[in-house]
Amino acid sequence: MSDILVKIRDLHFSRGNRKIFDGLSLDIPRQGVSAIMGPSGTGKTTLLKLIGGQLRPDSGSIEVDGLDVHQLSTGKLFELRQRMGMLFQSGALLTDLSVFENVAYPLREHTRLSESMLRHLVLLKLNAVGLRGAAELSPSELSGGMARRVALARAMALDPMMIMYDEPFTGQDPISMGVLVSLISELNNALKICSIIVSHDVPETMSIADQIHIISAGKVVESGSPDSLRKSESAWTHQFIHGDADGPVPFHYPAEPLLDDLLLDGSHTG
Amino acid sequence: MVLFSGLLNKFQYLGAVTLHSFQRLGRGSLFLLEVLMGSANLFTRPMLLVKQLYAVGVQTLIIIIVAGLFVGMVMALQSYYALVDFGAEDSVGVMVALSLLRELGPVITALLFAGRAGSALTAEIGLMKATEQLSGMEMMAVNPMKRVIAPRFIAGFISMPLLATIFSAVGVMGAYLVAVEMLGLDSGSFWSQPQNTVDLYLDIYNGVIKSLVFGFVATWIAVFEGYDCIPTSEGLGQATTRTVVHSSLAILFLDFVLTALMFAK
Repeated sequence: MSDILVKIRDLHFSRGNRKIFDGLSLDIPRQGVSAIMGPSGTGKTTLLKLIGGQLRPDSGSIEVDGLDVHQLSTGKLFELRQRMGMLFQSGALLTDLSVFENVAYPLREHTRLSESMLRHLVLLKLNAVGLRGAAELSPSELSGGMARRVALARAMALDPMMIMYDEPFTGQDPISMGVLVSLISELNNALKICSIIVSHDVPETMSIADQIHIISAGKVVESGSPDSLRKSESAWTHQFIHGDADGPVPFHYPAEPLLDDLLLDGSHTG
Repeated sequence: MVLFSGLLNKFQYLGAVTLHSFQRLGRGSLFLLEVLMGSANLFTRPMLLVKQLYAVGVQTLIIIIVAGLFVGMVMALQSYYALVDFGAEDSVGVMVALSLLRELGPVITALLFAGRAGSALTAEIGLMKATEQLSGMEMMAVNPMKRVIAPRFIAGFISMPLLATIFSAVGVMGAYLVAVEMLGLDSGSFWSQPQNTVDLYLDIYNGVIKSLVFGFVATWIAVFEGYDCIPTSEGLGQATTRTVVHSSLAILFLDFVLTALMFAK
C-alpha cells in the first residue's frame, strides 16, 4: 500500500475565463494532518470539491487511494466517498433532522445495523465531539461551533480513511476554535487517518499540521513543515504567514494610476 | 451606421436570450430524466414519499378547500344572475359543475399549487443548496436526486389531481349553498341536471388528465428552479419568482392546448 493517499498531478481548472488551477501537483500522505493554505479566492474549497469528485478538472488527474476520481463510474465514486468524510464550512447539517439523526444518516443509508447498535455508534461519535447531551436538539438550536462538531461526528460516522475540513476555524470564537483545533488533532492521532485541512487561519492550522502546502495563482508556492515555512525565505510565504499588508500580494487591486482616475470628468468605468 | 449597430445589438441580445433559454431547457430535460430514474428508489423507501405527500399535498389542502368554496359560490351567483333573465336558472348546477370539472378545477388548483407548494419546494431545495446540504449528501455518497428531489416531484404529481378533485367537489357544494340554500332554487334540479349531463370520459377523465399534466409541469419547474438556482439570497428570490411565473404561464398555455385537443368537434 502506497504511503500517498491523494496524488494530484498537473491539475487545470477554470471557472469561466478565470483560471483557478494552472498545473497544480501535490501529494498527501496516508496518515497525518496536511494543510492547504492560501488567501481567500485561491480555490482551496474548489480543490476539496475536485478531490471529492464534485467538480471535474479541465485536465490533469486526482488519485485517491490509487483510484482516479474522475474516471470512476458514479457507483464506484459513491463507494469511494463512503471512505471519505468531509466537514463543510457551514456544517451542512440536514435541518429537518435532529443532531442524533444527522449523525445516524450515513449509517442508515449505507449499513444495515440494528437500531440498538446504531444508537450506540451514534452516541459514541457524539461523545467523541462532546455533544452526546445535544443528541435531541435540532441543528437550528446549535451554535456555529457546535454545528461543526456535529458535522465532524457525522463525517467520521462511517470510519473513513480521510476527512477533509473546509475552513474549520473560520468565524469561531476562541473557545470553539480551541476545541476544534484539539478535536481535529486528537481524532487524527487516535484514528490514524489522513486529515486535509483547507484554511487561511495561520496560527491554528500551523499548530496541528504535519505538512503545509501554500497555494497561490493556481500553483503550489511552497510545501513543508510548519517550522520550515516559518523560516522560509520566499517573500510570498513570509507575507502570507505573517499577515503583512503589503508585499508580493499588493494592497491595491489592479487599477489605472490614481491621477488618471481623478482627472476623469465624473464618469467611471463601473 | 448607428442604426445598424443598434439593430445588431438587439439581434445579439435576442440570440443570447434564445441560447440561454434552450440551454436551460436542455439542463431541465436532463434533470427530469435523472429525477425519473431516481424515482424507482421510492418503492424501497416509501416513507420518503409519504412525508412529502404530507408537505406538498396535505398542507396545500386548506387553501384549495377555501378557494374552491368561494369560486363555487361566486360562480353560482354569476350563473344565476345571467340565467334568471331567460328563466333558465335551474341550469346553475350543471353550469357550475361543468365549468369546475373541465376548466376551473384543474386550472385554479394548479395556479394555487404553483403559488403555495411550488414556491415552497423551490425555496426549500434552493436553501438546501445554499447551505451545502445537497453537497453534503453527495459527499456522504447519498444521491440527492433520489433522496430529496424525486420524492418531492412524485408527491407533487400525485397530489395535483387529488387536490383538483377536492377543489371541484367543494366548489359544487359552495354553489349548492348559494343556489339552493340562499337563492331558493330547487334542490332536485340542481343535482339531477349535472347527473344527466356530466360525462365520465369527456368531463371527468379529461379534467383529471389536465391536472396530471399541470402537476407534472408545475412540480418539474419548482424542483428544477430550486436545484438550479444561484445559491445566494438574491438567486433564491429570483428562482422562487421564476417558479410562480413560469408555472402559471405554462399551466395556462397547456390548458389551451389540452382543451383544443380534448374538446375538438
